[in-house]
Amino acid sequence: MMAGEYIPLLVAVPLAGAFFCALAARKSGAFADTLGTLTVALVLALSIYAVTSPASTHAVGGWQAPLGILLVMDGLASFMLLVVSLVAFLVMIYSLSYMNAYSGRWQFHTLFLLMLAGMNGVVITGDLFNLFVFLEVASLASYALVAFGTGKHELEAAFKYAVMGSLGSLLLLLGIAFLYGYTGTLNMAHMAEQLGVMGVAPITVTALVLLLGGFALKAAIVPFHSWLPDAHPSAPAPISAMLSGVLIKSLGVYTIARLVFNVYGASPGVLNLLMVLGAVSMGVGVILALRQWDMKRLLAYHSVSQVGYMILGFGLGSPLGILGGLFHLFNHSIFKSLLFLNSGALEQATGTRNLKEMGGLSGRMPTTSWTTLSASMSISGVPPFSGFWSKLIIVMACVEQGEWFYGAWAILVSILTLASFLKVTKFAFLGRLKKGFENVREVPWPMRFGMAVLALLCILGGLMLVPEVKEMVLAPAVRVLDHGILTLGEVVRL
Amino acid sequence: MMNAWLPYVLCILLFSVGVYAVLGKKNLIRIILGIVIAEYAVNLFLILLCWKKGGEAPILQPGAVEQVMVDPLPQALVLTSIVIGLATTAFLVAIAMRLHERYGTYDITRIRELRG
Repeated sequence: MMAGEYIPLLVAVPLAGAFFCALAARKSGAFADTLGTLTVALVLALSIYAVTSPASTHAVGGWQAPLGILLVMDGLASFMLLVVSLVAFLVMIYSLSYMNAYSGRWQFHTLFLLMLAGMNGVVITGDLFNLFVFLEVASLASYALVAFGTGKHELEAAFKYAVMGSLGSLLLLLGIAFLYGYTGTLNMAHMAEQLGVMGVAPITVTALVLLLGGFALKAAIVPFHSWLPDAHPSAPAPISAMLSGVLIKSLGVYTIARLVFNVYGASPGVLNLLMVLGAVSMGVGVILALRQWDMKRLLAYHSVSQVGYMILGFGLGSPLGILGGLFHLFNHSIFKSLLFLNSGALEQATGTRNLKEMGGLSGRMPTTSWTTLSASMSISGVPPFSGFWSKLIIVMACVEQGEWFYGAWAILVSILTLASFLKVTKFAFLGRLKKGFENVREVPWPMRFGMAVLALLCILGGLMLVPEVKEMVLAPAVRVLDHGILTLGEVVRL
Repeated sequence: MMNAWLPYVLCILLFSVGVYAVLGKKNLIRIILGIVIAEYAVNLFLILLCWKKGGEAPILQPGAVEQVMVDPLPQALVLTSIVIGLATTAFLVAIAMRLHERYGTYDITRIRELRG
């Protein structure tokens, strides 16, 4: 076991941060802020280290796999970690000023860090039950964060979210029980080996259906999406940004990819199912988004639609499709969290989320205006913004596989997305300044800083495809998924 | 033959009862009870997985004769799962109480302001 000693820190640091926030920072909001920001900054530094250093593993407590829990830091895990901690760091800076409107600073930071620990754990673990535990840690923290405002709507949304989420978790646990009963192991790599030897049986298919159902609930893929448009808008804006930006991806999209490719070894039937689910999500999400006037609700429906793109990319199963899916995952977490932060800035400045009541704000709020514009252009796939490149890769992958229908569908959904975001820009920022908004002021600098950095990432996101950068971040992640079944011996070598 | 499968089938039946309560009931408390029932069904399923006829507790003592032992792993999993279940249930009950404070009812058909 070489060089993997730092891996447990990715869970331990945010967990310790949450513990000390709850223990020592109850009196002073400023201390809670400092502790929270430093912890997230440390996690970001660790993930950058993980991306730049070679793949490694760590056996927890010295118990070797398959008996003990194995933490695996391969290309895919480090890629996901980078996405999660980058967004978490910028959102944390934004929230330093935004959360002044709420009481209970230490509760916010404790829950935020717990959620981060859970997401990191899901991403780095190589053990299926351990994954379930971390998934529950992140989910429970997110249920509580949705209810953070404790108003009528927040509580209602949190209850709905918690019930649906618990149901999803139970499906997962049942699926894990089936798989354990059949293969006699919980280590994902060992399980993949056993499944390869024992072949497909009705019980493995049942387990796959249960697991896919559970993960699809967490990822809000269309038949299971009903909780998302309530839960994500009800949370405070930084939390909406975390939920839509990274939580649904690390708990849902990442886990589906890991399960389908590395444990089950992508079979054509499952990949076709993923493509259909992805295409339906894309369509339903964008059509429901078109008729929304509440800005955050509109953004939440777009999350459903954009997750569809990622699932479609994975469903193609080719290296190019996987690259498109992962790259879109990266881009989406940047621009969707930025859009939620923008909606939070607008809400704080104007006191409303209803687009019809806004208007002409571009002069009063220049930073919010240009960052919203760049995120909107990015999500609608306008060149040269980052979203354009990832959508282009997905469409090219569709064409390469001869799936003309899916390619055309992706372009059509992209056009509808553009229409929807033109509406946002027109009603919120252009036109004449509405009465009563003459004294609206731009938000404080921590919020502006978070939004501006994310907007720069939206504009420069295409640089991820420059060969040197791609070889460091995206290509190792694609190789892990494209490899198919990963056996215990192969786990570190990619 | 049938008898060997019966516990598993009953387990899945219990799970379905829980899911039915979650999806079909209108009262917040009944929905929470549904979640609890489904959770216990899954825990029971895990415990059944490790059961062996005539199995002993898996504690190996020096000089003991080798014997049939039950699989200890699922028991550890169920312990974890019960703790997680406790947290979820406590959270759901807390939210239900706050909802009752705001709306004065546990009926979800009257707590429905979010839609679309």
